Amino acid sequence: MSSTIYNFISSYNYYVIIFLMISGLFIVVSRGNMVKKLVGLALFQTSVYILYISPGKILNGTAPILDDGYSIYSSPFPHVLILTAIVVGIATLALGLSLVIRVNEEFGTIEEDELFDNEPNNE
Amino acid sequence: MSQQIIYLLPVLIPIFLSILIKITWEIQNLRYPILLSGPILALWSVYKIQQNSDFMSSSINIFDIFPNIGISLGLEPISFVFIIMVNSLWLVATLYSYGYMRTNNEKRLGNFFSFFAIAIGCANGAALSSNLLTLFIFYELLTVSTYPLVTHKGDEQSKQSGRKYLLILLGTSLCFFLPAMGYVYYVSGDLDFVSGGLLTTTLSGMKVNNIAISILLVLFIFGISKAAVMPFHSWLPAAMVAPTPVSALLHAVAVVKVGVFSIIKVLVYIFGLDILLGLFSVDFMIYICGFTIITTSVIALKQDNLKKLLAYSTISQLSYVVIAILILTPSAIIAASMHLVAHAVSKITLFFAAGAIYSSTGYTKISEMDGIGKNLKVVSIAFTLGAMSLVGIPLLVGFTSKWYIVQSSVEVGQWFILLIITISTLLNIGYFTPIIYKFFFKNELKEVSFKTLPQDINLSIIICCALMVILFLQPNLVMEVISNVK
Amino acid sequence: MNEHAPALVVMLPIIGAVLIMLIRHNNLNWGIALLSGISTIYYSIILYLNARSVGTISYAMGGWEPPVGIEYRIDEFNSLLIALIATVSFLILVYAKSSLNIELKKNKISTFYSMYLLCLGGLIGILSTGDAFNAFVFLEISSLATYVIISMGNDRRGLLAAYQYLIIGTIGATLYVIGVGLIFIITGSLNLYDISVKLGDIELYRPLLASLAFITVGIALKIALFPLHAWLPNAYAFAPSVGTAFLASTATKVAIYLLIKYLYLVYGFDLVYSNQIFIFVVLSLSIIAMFGASMIAIFQSNLKKLFAYSSVAQIGYITLGIGIANYNGLIGSTVHIINHSIIKAAIFLAIGCLVFSSKIVNIDQLAGLGKRMPMVAVCITVSSLSLIGVPGTVGFISKWYLVLGSLEQGLWVVVFALAVSSILALIYVGRIIELIWFHAPVGGMVSQNKIPFEMIAVTVVMTIATIYFGIDTRLTGDLAKIAVENVLLGEQL
Repeated sequence: MSSTIYNFISSYNYYVIIFLMISGLFIVVSRGNMVKKLVGLALFQTSVYILYISPGKILNGTAPILDDGYSIYSSPFPHVLILTAIVVGIATLALGLSLVIRVNEEFGTIEEDELFDNEPNNE
Repeated sequence: MSQQIIYLLPVLIPIFLSILIKITWEIQNLRYPILLSGPILALWSVYKIQQNSDFMSSSINIFDIFPNIGISLGLEPISFVFIIMVNSLWLVATLYSYGYMRTNNEKRLGNFFSFFAIAIGCANGAALSSNLLTLFIFYELLTVSTYPLVTHKGDEQSKQSGRKYLLILLGTSLCFFLPAMGYVYYVSGDLDFVSGGLLTTTLSGMKVNNIAISILLVLFIFGISKAAVMPFHSWLPAAMVAPTPVSALLHAVAVVKVGVFSIIKVLVYIFGLDILLGLFSVDFMIYICGFTIITTSVIALKQDNLKKLLAYSTISQLSYVVIAILILTPSAIIAASMHLVAHAVSKITLFFAAGAIYSSTGYTKISEMDGIGKNLKVVSIAFTLGAMSLVGIPLLVGFTSKWYIVQSSVEVGQWFILLIITISTLLNIGYFTPIIYKFFFKNELKEVSFKTLPQDINLSIIICCALMVILFLQPNLVMEVISNVK
Repeated sequence: MNEHAPALVVMLPIIGAVLIMLIRHNNLNWGIALLSGISTIYYSIILYLNARSVGTISYAMGGWEPPVGIEYRIDEFNSLLIALIATVSFLILVYAKSSLNIELKKNKISTFYSMYLLCLGGLIGILSTGDAFNAFVFLEISSLATYVIISMGNDRRGLLAAYQYLIIGTIGATLYVIGVGLIFIITGSLNLYDISVKLGDIELYRPLLASLAFITVGIALKIALFPLHAWLPNAYAFAPSVGTAFLASTATKVAIYLLIKYLYLVYGFDLVYSNQIFIFVVLSLSIIAMFGASMIAIFQSNLKKLFAYSSVAQIGYITLGIGIANYNGLIGSTVHIINHSIIKAAIFLAIGCLVFSSKIVNIDQLAGLGKRMPMVAVCITVSSLSLIGVPGTVGFISKWYLVLGSLEQGLWVVVFALAVSSILALIYVGRIIELIWFHAPVGGMVSQNKIPFEMIAVTVVMTIATIYFGIDTRLTGDLAKIAVENVLLGEQL
C-alpha cells in the first residue's frame, strides 16, 4: 500500500509532463491568435524535453563527470538528444513566427476568426 | 514469325490501323482502302493462327503481369468462331459505316473510325484470352475504348448516356467481376481457362464450399454486365444515342457478344459444367434471365424509337444465350454459341436497316415510318428477314439456333425455359409484325424526300441477309467447329 | 566512395541546398540542383544493387559504432524507395525551371530550390536511418523545408496553409518523439534494430502499447490519414505546382514507410497484430478515408484540392494494405506507394502545365481543354484512369494485390469498399474527363503561354510511366515483392 503511494508521489515528474503536454495542446486548439498557438506548441514541446531528461536521473547517481570516487552516474545521453530537440523547436518557432509576420503583412490580421472571414478555407 | 506475335496480331493490327487512320485521314483517297484493309488483315491473321495445327489447344504466354499470371492468348472452338464472326462483321460494318457517316454528314470521322478500330482490337483480345486476367483486362479496355464512340455526337444527351454507360459497366465489373476473379485466384491459385473447368479440376478432391461458389456464379454473371442481364442492363438502351454503325457493330455484335462470350468462357472453362450442376444459384439465375427476357420483350412492345426497340430486343436475345448456357449440357453450350452467332448476324441486319431508314428519311420513330417499304425496298425486306430470323422462322439462321436451344431444354426437362422461349417468341412476333405491316401495307403519312442510299449501305445490308440464309443452309460451318468443345 | 553511399545519398542534396543558398543566381542554381539530383540517383541505385546482393547494409555514421552511434541501415525495401524518390524528384526538378518562373517571385526561386533539396535530403534521411531520434530530426528537417515550400507561392493563402501544416505537423512530430521517448525509457536504446532485439525480452506491456499509440498517431498526422488530414488539401492547393507535385509524390510516402518500419521491424508483427483494436482502427480509418475523401473530392471545384482529397483516399489504400497485414496486402501497400508516387506526380505536373499556360485553377476552366491543349488533356485523362484502377494502368496492379489480400483474410467488406471507392473515383475523374473533352471552351480565354518543352516532356514521361508500369511490373511489382519478403516478413517466412 505504502509503496503504491510512494510510487504515486515519486512520479511527480510525469505529472508535470502530462500537465505541460495537455496545456500546450489546449492552447493550440483553443486560442485563435496565431502567436498564441505557437506559444502553446512550444509548451507542448517542452513537456517532451522533460519526458526525456527526467528519467535520465538515475537513483543515487551523481553528475556525469568521471571520478574515481563514484560508480553510479546520471545519464548524459538524454541531454544530448534534447539539445537537438530544442534546436528543432527553435527552428520551428522561428519559422512559425516568420510566417505570422508574413500573414500579418498580407492579411492585416493574425486572428483566426478574422482570417476565416477573409479567406474561408473551402474556396 | 514467333508464336507470340502471331497470336498478338489480331489485337495489334486494329491498334496500328487506328493510328494509321488518325494520321492519314486527311488524304481522302486513302481512306477507304485503309479502312477496309483492317478487317481483311485481321481475318488473315486469324487464318495464320489456325495454320498451326494444334492451335485449338495451345496457349501462348505473352508476358507476366503478376507472379505466374499475365497476358496469355490462345484459341479454342468457341473463341475461334467468335473472332471470325467479329472480324467478318467488322468488314461488312466498315462498308456500311463509311456510307452512313458520309450520308449523314457526321463530324470527326477520323476519331470515330480510329476508336472503332481500337474497340475491335480489344474485342479480338478478349476473344483470344486464355486466362481470366487477360479477359478482364480486354473487357475493361473495351468499355473505355467504346466510351468515345458512344458519346461521339458530343451533345448533352450523349454525355448523360455516356455517364450511365461507364458507371454501369465499370461499376459492375469493379464491384462484382474483379472480386469474383480474385476469389477464383484465391481458391485455385490460378486463372487459366482449363477444359473441364478450372474450379472443377482444382477443387475435385476437396470439399466444395457450395454457398461460396454459388455466390461466385451470381457475381460473375452480374459482373459481366455487357451481357445485359437485368438489373444491369440499362446501359444498352442508353448507348443507342451513338451513331447507328456503333450501335450495329458494337452493341449488337462486339460489345454485347463479348459479354455473353465471357460468360460462356467463365462457366465452361473456369467453373466447369460438373461443378455448376450442383449449385443452387443456377436456378436463381435462370429465373433472372427468364424475367429479363420477358420484361424486355414487353418493354420493346411499347417502344416508339426503333433503335431503342432493337436495344431491348437485344437484351432479351442475350438472355436467351445466357439461359441456354445455364442448361448446363454440352449440347446446350453449342446451342448457346450458335445463337450468339445467329443473333449477331440478324441484329446487325436490323440495325443496318434502321440506320438506312434514318439516313434516307431522317426518321427514328416507328410511328413515322408508314409506307417506307415502297421506296426503300431493299432495306424493308432486309428488316423483315432479320425480324423473321429472330422470331425463328425456318430458312433463316435464327430458326436453327432457337431449335437447338429448345432441343437442349427438352433434353433435360427444363420446361420453364421452354415456356419462356415460347412466350417471348410470341412477344417478338408482337413487336415486329406491326413494324413490318407499317412498312409495306400502309400509306406514307406525308411527303418525304428519300435520299438515295449509297451503294455501300445497300451492299452491306444484302451481304447480311445472305449470311442469314447461308448460315441456315450450312450450319456446319459453325457447328462442326463448336462441337469440338470438351 | 561507394562504401559511403548511404551517407552520400542523404548529404548530396543537403550540400546542394547549402550551395544554392550561397549562390543567388536562379539558372545556375537550377543546374546545381539537377547535379545534386543526378548524383543522388546514381548513389541510390548503387545502394539498391548493393542491398540486393548483400542483404542489409549497416553504415555507421562518422565511424561511431552502433548501438551508441547513429547507424544507417539500408535494405531492399528502403533503398527501393530512395531510388524512387530520387528519380521522381529529379524529373520534377527538370520540370521546375519554367514553372517556377511563372509561379514564384524571382528573388524567391533560389530559396525554393534550396528548400526542395533540403526536403529531399531529409526524406532520404528518414528512409535510410536506423536510429529513432535521427528519424525525428530528419522528419523535422523535411517538414520545415516543406512548410517553406508551401508558403512560397504567389497565392497568399499558401501562408495560411503553411502555418496550419506547421502546427499540425509539429504536433505530429512531437507525438512521435514522445513515443520514441517512452521506448527509450523502456529499452535505453535508440537504435531501431537494437530496440527490436530488446523489446523481445521486455515484459512491461502498457508503456509499450502507449509508445506504439503515440508513434502511430504522430505519423498518422504526417501521412494525412483520415481524420487527421485537414492540412493536406490546403497545403497542396496553395503551394506552387512544383511543390505540390513533389510533396504529393514523396512526403507522405516516406512517413508511411516509417510507420511500416516501426510496425514490422521494431515492434514486430506479433505484438502489433495480436492487438485486434489496432487492426480494427487502421482498417476502419482506411475505409473511411477511401470513401469520405473520394466523396469530398467529387464536390471540389478547385482542381488541386480535388486531387489532394484523392491523395487522401489513395493513402487510405496504402494503410489498408497495412491493416490487412498479409503477404498480398503488404505487397499491395508497397507497390501502391511506388505507383501512387508516379500517378500523383503525373497529375500534378499536368496541372502545373495548365497553370503555366492559362492560370487554370478551377475545374470549370477545364472546359474544352481537349481542343486547346490536347497533349496535356491526354496526360490528365490517362493518369486519372489509374485512380479508377483500369487494367493496363498502375492503379490496377495495386488494386489487384489489395483485393487478393483482403480475400485471403476473408474481409469481404474491404473488397467491396475497394470496388465502391473506385466507382467514386470514376465519378470525379469522369467529371473532369467530360469537361475536358465534351464542352466548348469557355469564352474570354486568358492568354496562353506556350508550355516549354521540358515541362511537357516530363509530364508525358510520367504519364507513360503510369501505363508502362501497369503492364511491365518487373521494376515495381517484383521489387516490391522482394522488399516485402526479405525485409518485412523475413522473420515470418
